[in-house]
Amino acid sequence: MFDRDRWREIFEAISKNKLRTFLSGFTVALGILIFTVLLGLGNGLLNSFLSSFVDDAQNIIFIQSGTTSKAYKGFQENRIIQFENEDLEFVKDNNKGKVEYITPRIYLNLNAKYREESGNYTIRAVNPDHQYLEKTIMMNGRYINEEDVKERTKNVVIGRLVEKDLFKRKKAIGKMLDINGINFKIIGVFQDSGGDNEERMIYMPYKTVQLLYGNNKNIDAINLSYNMSMNTEQAITFSKKLEDDLKKKLKVAPNDQSAIRVRSFAEDIKETMVILGGIYAIIFIVGIGTLISGVVGIGNIMTFSVKERTKELGIRKALGASPRSIIGMVLQESVLITSVAGYIGLVLGIVALKLIGNNLEDYFIVNPQVETGIIFGATMVLIFFGLLAGYIPARRAARIKPIVALRDE
Amino acid sequence: MIEIKELHKSYQMGSNSLHVLKGIDFSVKDGELVAIMGSSGSGKSTLLNILGMLDEADKGEYFLDGVHIKDLNETKAAQYRNKFLGFIFQSFNLINYKNAIENVALPLYYQRKNRKERVEKAKSYLEKVGLGQWATHLPSELSGGQKQRVAIARALAADPKVLLADEPTGALDSKTSYEVMDIIQSINDEGKTILVVTHEEDIANMCKRIVRLKDGVIVEDIEVEQVRASQYV
Repeated sequence: MFDRDRWREIFEAISKNKLRTFLSGFTVALGILIFTVLLGLGNGLLNSFLSSFVDDAQNIIFIQSGTTSKAYKGFQENRIIQFENEDLEFVKDNNKGKVEYITPRIYLNLNAKYREESGNYTIRAVNPDHQYLEKTIMMNGRYINEEDVKERTKNVVIGRLVEKDLFKRKKAIGKMLDINGINFKIIGVFQDSGGDNEERMIYMPYKTVQLLYGNNKNIDAINLSYNMSMNTEQAITFSKKLEDDLKKKLKVAPNDQSAIRVRSFAEDIKETMVILGGIYAIIFIVGIGTLISGVVGIGNIMTFSVKERTKELGIRKALGASPRSIIGMVLQESVLITSVAGYIGLVLGIVALKLIGNNLEDYFIVNPQVETGIIFGATMVLIFFGLLAGYIPARRAARIKPIVALRDE
Repeated sequence: MIEIKELHKSYQMGSNSLHVLKGIDFSVKDGELVAIMGSSGSGKSTLLNILGMLDEADKGEYFLDGVHIKDLNETKAAQYRNKFLGFIFQSFNLINYKNAIENVALPLYYQRKNRKERVEKAKSYLEKVGLGQWATHLPSELSGGQKQRVAIARALAADPKVLLADEPTGALDSKTSYEVMDIIQSINDEGKTILVVTHEEDIANMCKRIVRLKDGVIVEDIEVEQVRASQYV
């Protein structure tokens, strides 16, 4: 295998039989190129699916209340269901170990003012867990903490765009913000990958809001995340249980769709997983198909090559070449060509994917890429089957009697 | 050098069996130049192929330089061919993408000689057949006579015991044929044993002995007065 003279013979045969070399090399390079590009595009499709989940935690459950649509247990329909703090505690206490983070939400729309600049902003009153559920990233200062909630402090955390609107280029942290006539201290500025709306938000401790705006214990919604150890099925069961428990507690008909709504990503994830599975299967089938056609191509070329060389191989045998050296020469040549061509195809494929980049975002293909390991493996497979496909004609060539090989002409 | 006894060979032609060699007894001593003659179908090429281990006999004994040639596997046959025999073919059988010197050096490659030695030897044999100037030319750039001389140089390169020439002048005009025979005679003068298959009387008369085959048996085996080819060149 590492015989220098053998390699010299092979290089000579390759360089002096350019058409043959080109044909077999082209088949392999094209196979790997197509494989790389298809796999890359498939991965791009996957990336675009996965990116739709980045805004919020994936294991999140939203609980919202509305009005009843059915009369139940002596209550008329169209009753307004209003969550209160005790409902939050109820959910928390009933599901210890299953709930990871939990926060109430109260929504307000208020005017915030700093000196000459003012604007209307959505206020979300929350507790500290909200940061993890919303994947809020602090740029400056800190988020709302337990102390803020307990002491009902007048502290707020504002979005990056709120700071930009009201403070222009100055730092907002530590400044006082006038919200509908009440002064709040800005303790943090955050960013969020969920878009501009998310970054035009102001967070307050929820008990502060309950004290200042109505002096009640009302809650608009409850967000929670379930323990990650639950699988999708368990998560769906869990969110159903949450819904049933709350309906029972608030005396809502079990089949009332509008009074209490529990929404989780679990079902979305389940659906998406099915789609992802489909995409994976398509990529897999297409990949295997490309490889098979590559292997068949190499087999054809090898058969053609050996046939074309029958006479030469016969001469070599008459001059004393052993069958083994004939097989070795043919196969070594094919391995050399397939590896070099495979590498070329790989490089071209990666360059093609780089050029495609995010140009196909409209077609749900984001950042198409392939792992080099997979392509390397595919090249190995091609080389291996190329060897196998080449071995059969090579062996036949080695077995052919020199007299038969030399007869024609 | 060569000794064969009761050699038989048949070919299967569909359902019929064609008995080509029907018991050949034949021996060649060291340094002989033997012409094997016969019309087409007489079995002369088959005999040469068996002698050259390119084909196998069905029955009979074959000794080459004292070695019993029997039940050879491909690898062993390749070794013996490389060590004992040099071939000259009617259609030259040069490798078309190799130049003259590379063609001549090829048997030495299979003898595992190093590159330097291969090039040196190939060069000296090319000079011996008068083609020193043509070493880097491809076969397609050579005339028929030159190709056959390259083939002779190649057959000599491995320094075989016996040269086997199958119609070496069959594809050449008579002037070139005599040039080639001149070289063959001079190689024989140096002591090499050579067998020439031919159907041309004038070529056969340039050998020292003529063996005539007809229908698979030897019908005549005579020593002749050698006609020197040099007088026609």
